[in-house]
Amino acid sequence: MTGHEDAVAASGSEAETETGTAPAKAAQSKAAQSKSAQGKPTQSKQALAKANGTKPNGTKSASPKLAPAKPVSDKPASDKPATDKPNGKPGASARREPVPGALDLDQLLDDPATHIIVCCGSGGVGKTTTAAAFALRAAERGRKVVVLTIDPARRLAQSLGLTELDNTPRVVQGIDTAAGGSLHAMMLDMKRTFDEVVSSHADPARARQILENPFYQSLSASFAGTQEYMAMEKLGQLQAQGLWDLIVVDTPPSRSALDFLDAPDRLGSFLDGRLLKILTAPAKVGGLGAFKLLAGGVGLVTSALGKILGSSLLADVQSFVSALDTMFGGFRERAEATYRLLQADGTAFVVVAAPEPDALREASYFTERLANEHMPLAGLVLNRVHHTTLKLTAERALATAEQLAETESEEAQLAAALLRLHADRCAQARREARLTDRFRANHTAIPVLELAAQAGDIHDLTGLRAILAAAH
Amino acid sequence: MTQTQPLTPEAGSAPQTGRPQDWSGVRLHVVTGKGGTGKTTVAGALALALAAGGGAGKPGRRVLLVEVEGRQGVAQLFDSAPLPYAERKVATTANRGEVWALAIDAEQALLEYLDMFYKLGPAARLLRRFGAIDFATTVAPGIRDVLLTGKTCEAVRRRADESEPRKFHYDTVVMDAPPTGRITRFLNVNSEVSGLARVGPIRNQAEAVMRVLSSPQTAVHFVTLLEEMPVQETIDGTAELRDSGLPLGAVVINQARPNELTEEQIKQAAAPQGLDRAQLLAGLKLAGPATRQTCDALADLAAEHAQRVLLENEQREALAAVDTPVYELPQLTEGVDRVALDRLAALLHQQGAA
Repeated sequence: MTGHEDAVAASGSEAETETGTAPAKAAQSKAAQSKSAQGKPTQSKQALAKANGTKPNGTKSASPKLAPAKPVSDKPASDKPATDKPNGKPGASARREPVPGALDLDQLLDDPATHIIVCCGSGGVGKTTTAAAFALRAAERGRKVVVLTIDPARRLAQSLGLTELDNTPRVVQGIDTAAGGSLHAMMLDMKRTFDEVVSSHADPARARQILENPFYQSLSASFAGTQEYMAMEKLGQLQAQGLWDLIVVDTPPSRSALDFLDAPDRLGSFLDGRLLKILTAPAKVGGLGAFKLLAGGVGLVTSALGKILGSSLLADVQSFVSALDTMFGGFRERAEATYRLLQADGTAFVVVAAPEPDALREASYFTERLANEHMPLAGLVLNRVHHTTLKLTAERALATAEQLAETESEEAQLAAALLRLHADRCAQARREARLTDRFRANHTAIPVLELAAQAGDIHDLTGLRAILAAAH
Repeated sequence: MTQTQPLTPEAGSAPQTGRPQDWSGVRLHVVTGKGGTGKTTVAGALALALAAGGGAGKPGRRVLLVEVEGRQGVAQLFDSAPLPYAERKVATTANRGEVWALAIDAEQALLEYLDMFYKLGPAARLLRRFGAIDFATTVAPGIRDVLLTGKTCEAVRRRADESEPRKFHYDTVVMDAPPTGRITRFLNVNSEVSGLARVGPIRNQAEAVMRVLSSPQTAVHFVTLLEEMPVQETIDGTAELRDSGLPLGAVVINQARPNELTEEQIKQAAAPQGLDRAQLLAGLKLAGPATRQTCDALADLAAEHAQRVLLENEQREALAAVDTPVYELPQLTEGVDRVALDRLAALLHQQGAA
């Protein structure tokens, strides 16, 4: 029963179903303004652009989406059955051959022009672990790295030296510094970051007024987008400090990965939107006869708001807003600066996904969204992929197991159990391959890095190293 | 995946096991879980199990499955078109039980609520134009959650038509809720808005919602995988929930892997020297020619599997300390469709979940 073709490599022929969803074509107008600021790294633009799968002139690789669905034969070589033979080396995984669309992680990490790597993706796909593993590898390859994590598992946080939430980067002990690199890590404290923003934009008296406002306190602790916004704010701060040459950012575990891009914009547009002008209006329009008409509408809206919110909440909101009044410009500028930073050449987004339908669907949306926003995508990391090392189909394994199960002997029972286990693993690997092939077919221009599932949970540097070691 | 597809025999004629129902007085099942644990799938399976009631021979029930995060996960699960802000029937059981689904949209819920209670008329349009609706549903803390839980509680309390005013429109409501990390804050709307709304309509609404959520009519279930991080989040989340006085339901272990080996074999496979390869090879040879390579690959697989099983056992023990019913659902290697959902529903029923 040896020498049979690997069931896993013979992957889906139905991968051409589901064409890519039509991308929004509205983002064109933004293209012109996207490359203005952050013009520092220019020489190595080519190199990074190559790694990003973008053309050097900044136009995104829109071809896979604008072109009609391609025939299956056009797909990268990943669909060919793997040709590597079992080499008997324990633990060697039957990975596919390197395909043209593979993400060269070391090239990305080593490129001095890469200044920021943002790991994003839906919840539960291993973003935090991936971000930490990338940061560690980059540091051990000689770069000065800081990793900003949002919500690390307790033991992983401990192994990174993150024992308290103090919003300050700490040196990670125990890394290999032979190549001259270093690693700092920090955990985001959302409320403290928000408070810092307020304090840095207002005089002390006004800052205190804001910080003590009940509406502000609720807003800073629980606004659905606050964490996303503050992660980006912290990223801007770390970048401005200039102490590191690579910043790796984990993004908040929001169910919808898209929240992360929307949140700064949402908060920004609220902070200088029409509503705020209305909320601050009652104090201002009093004597202005010329604005009577406007004042009429404003009065209607304010009284409606009062009815809904109750007058005491409305008063809190109004006093918060008028205290913030002088800071609007600053908030807006910061939000815009962060946005430009994310579009800059030195930034690389990595979308993390697990080989599961939901995670891949989110990843698809996310890659399209990034393209629309002109945010540079380095590639997709497929986390926790299962492989089989044995070239034996699930069907054959099960048939053999059944045959063996009839024998009473202990040896036969053991062999049968392991064959069933193998069949189970084959089925899982096959399903994952089908899902990821479909993703690749719809996004041929996106480089992919597959990381094998680890047997145990990851909570130390050794574990973090192992995740990427297997991929190289 | 048609709506009228009968249940598999497993689900339709689920044996009336001795296990009593754990949640007989509960009318609102809130299902939470860390991202990636499959809480939407479990919520869907639970809704089907509740709709099937006691299975064949017992009357089916009408169940509403509510989604609050705008992800259209329920529509995906039941293979239906995206759900509008309206209740739609998405599945039927063999005994004519029905699963309806609703994707609650905070903005629509707010407009509906304003219309119901304030008769704002043109002011409502103005509010929208000036961004006030957007503000209330996305920026203002807590209001969104009051709206989402408020709409859900409305469905729980809704009465059947005038001919049967004593009956509820839905026998049970299942909510596919926000993830574990946010669940207590999401449900504890009272304290969430108390900082900003000490009196007034929002406060009143929040209190009405809390009367349902903190009563024995509600049970909050946690879905987890047997991995360290989701288990830790489950333990933290259940403790936080209890502290705030909200009713804890079950822990549902999802995607549990089959364990083919005996305890003794696991111990041996996890040990440094691993399984007895000579014994394994001898076993394989009973079925025909077998090579050393096959044997080695299987032994490696066994070692990895054993490590995972031992870790999973540790996590199971940790979950047992939560001291609430624990159900276990298997990993579905072939993906989730209606047949698979029915199988999960039957398993939930057999274990006393519905």
